[in-house]
Amino acid sequence: MSERTYVDIEAELTDQPINFDEDICLAENVVYIKPQTLIDVPMHYCPGCGHSTAHKILMEVVDEMGIQEEIIGVAPVGCSVFAYHYMNVDMQEAAHGRACAVATGIKRIMPEKYVFTYQGDGDLAAIGTAETVHAANRGENILVVFINNGIYGMTSGQMAPTTLPGMVTTTSPYGRDVKTQGYPLYISNLLANLPGVAYVSRHSVHTPNNVRKAKKSIAKALEYQKQGLGFCMVEIVTNCPSNWKMTPKQSNQFVEEKMIPFYPLGDIKVPEGK
Amino acid sequence: MGDLKLMKGNEALSEAMIRAGCDAYFGYPITPQSEVLEYLAREASARTGMVVLQAESEVAAINMIYGAAGAGRRVMTTSSSPGISLMQEGLSYIASAELPCLLANVVRGGPGLGTIQPSQADYFQSVKGGGHGDYKLIVLAPSSVQEMVDFVKLGFELGEKYRNPVMILTDGAIGQMMEKVVLFEQMPRKTEFPDWATTGKKPGKDRNYITSLHIQSEKMEEINLRLQAKYKEIEKNEIRYQTVNLEDAEYVFTGFGLVARICIKAMEMARAKGYKVGVIRPITVFPFPTQVYADVAPQLKGILDVEMNAGQMVEDVRLSVNGATKVEFYGRMGGMIPSPEEILENFERIYIKGETK
Repeated sequence: MSERTYVDIEAELTDQPINFDEDICLAENVVYIKPQTLIDVPMHYCPGCGHSTAHKILMEVVDEMGIQEEIIGVAPVGCSVFAYHYMNVDMQEAAHGRACAVATGIKRIMPEKYVFTYQGDGDLAAIGTAETVHAANRGENILVVFINNGIYGMTSGQMAPTTLPGMVTTTSPYGRDVKTQGYPLYISNLLANLPGVAYVSRHSVHTPNNVRKAKKSIAKALEYQKQGLGFCMVEIVTNCPSNWKMTPKQSNQFVEEKMIPFYPLGDIKVPEGK
Repeated sequence: MGDLKLMKGNEALSEAMIRAGCDAYFGYPITPQSEVLEYLAREASARTGMVVLQAESEVAAINMIYGAAGAGRRVMTTSSSPGISLMQEGLSYIASAELPCLLANVVRGGPGLGTIQPSQADYFQSVKGGGHGDYKLIVLAPSSVQEMVDFVKLGFELGEKYRNPVMILTDGAIGQMMEKVVLFEQMPRKTEFPDWATTGKKPGKDRNYITSLHIQSEKMEEINLRLQAKYKEIEKNEIRYQTVNLEDAEYVFTGFGLVARICIKAMEMARAKGYKVGVIRPITVFPFPTQVYADVAPQLKGILDVEMNAGQMVEDVRLSVNGATKVEFYGRMGGMIPSPEEILENFERIYIKGETK
């Protein structure tokens, strides 16, 4: 079955406007509810940003596994610095790049609990590279949710370690020149080579199908953590409409046409026998 | 009475850590304190189940401390000057998030890579904050191997009482030298954790989150005011110092840590020559024992402050006496330790012969 693209889905939606007269609000017809561990407050994320979806699926998994009281999260510095305002689980806010070290401290002292970090590309793959690589190499039994949108969002659009070649940012105004500004860092592939790493999988949240796959991957990773298999990372390739200077729709097209070809989706490493 | 042993300062500190029921140690090797990680790696886990982990850097170590302290555990790290510099970022976050933890700086001579020999050149960094923002560590300055043991227990207690990072500010000589020590009995590790700790959300209660980020200025000022009020409270309750022969003193030798012991020897030599000298040794260097200097100042002809640095604590001594008596300084740097003879000689040069240099 060929995958529907974001553009296809939008076309379908416009063709079939929602009929508010139907009884979609009746309890017996409920097909979806917001995850209970996602706090019901307006998020500070820009319209169209993938963070909110990534937050939601992570909390859906926590709900479905029934582990709200057994999980501790670590928030990064970056756009998702306030993740603890939205995720109704115990959390710690780490210094920039240090989430994997903080998570190590938490997990080592409470190996029976689930521990995750939620980090952007600048946090995880620039300033926090050492902490990330060494936590992975020690096989710390944690989940890292890695949000890759190829840009520094919080500081308004500077070049990230994952910025595509030629991509314009405020600090690569003529496009990222790999000769002087280096190459995008394939951090997930790099980590997958380490023996302490159990599972690395790359996903996106720009279409419903991809959202479902990303969610399944997070669920798998937490299951692997329960089994004590080691370091798991779920990378989510996503958008940044505000700093890419695009509409949400354009930014999702960019994800599909530029980001995903560069960062192909799918499993990069799976535990033996899984 | 506990066990009597002959131990190196670093090993005594490590043994005290295990006995104090410490839950976790995260550290990185650096001379002159690598024995701590080695001792713990050998001893700790089998005896108490304590977590001992060699981090990839001091930056990682202090953030592991943040994580485990945030889970309400009794945690400690140690390092020496260059490594402590790397921990300053994490310490600022820990102080802001009000997480109790204990660290020891086995100071070596700087700046830069410096030397592995003992120094006291990290005084400013330790007592004035060290990292960014307005914050204070509680700083204990041992002058013997025995105090390396005692201050571990005290340090954990103070940290937990005030939800504040505590530093044992020692030096390469105390870390490396052997003395007899009385060790306290093994204490159990904690089984109950503070209600603010992130140990997993409790049923029917709000989640806990630990942060140092308060984006609204009003809120951040409120946090600052609370921290400052706490530091005032610490200044009120926790000042510790030692005095020797102050009653009839006309002069005072003062110094902290190792140098205070040398000052006591120099004082004895001075007394033998008929000079009425006393000694003040701050045990807490934050909070600084301001009042003891202020009280004795009017009876003095002068104070000689001696340090293994270019003159750092001397500023606090001068602020304490506020002009009521003369405060002169003598120091050695770069890993050099002043001898009692040297201190006496410089005392006579300054105060008896009246020579300035």
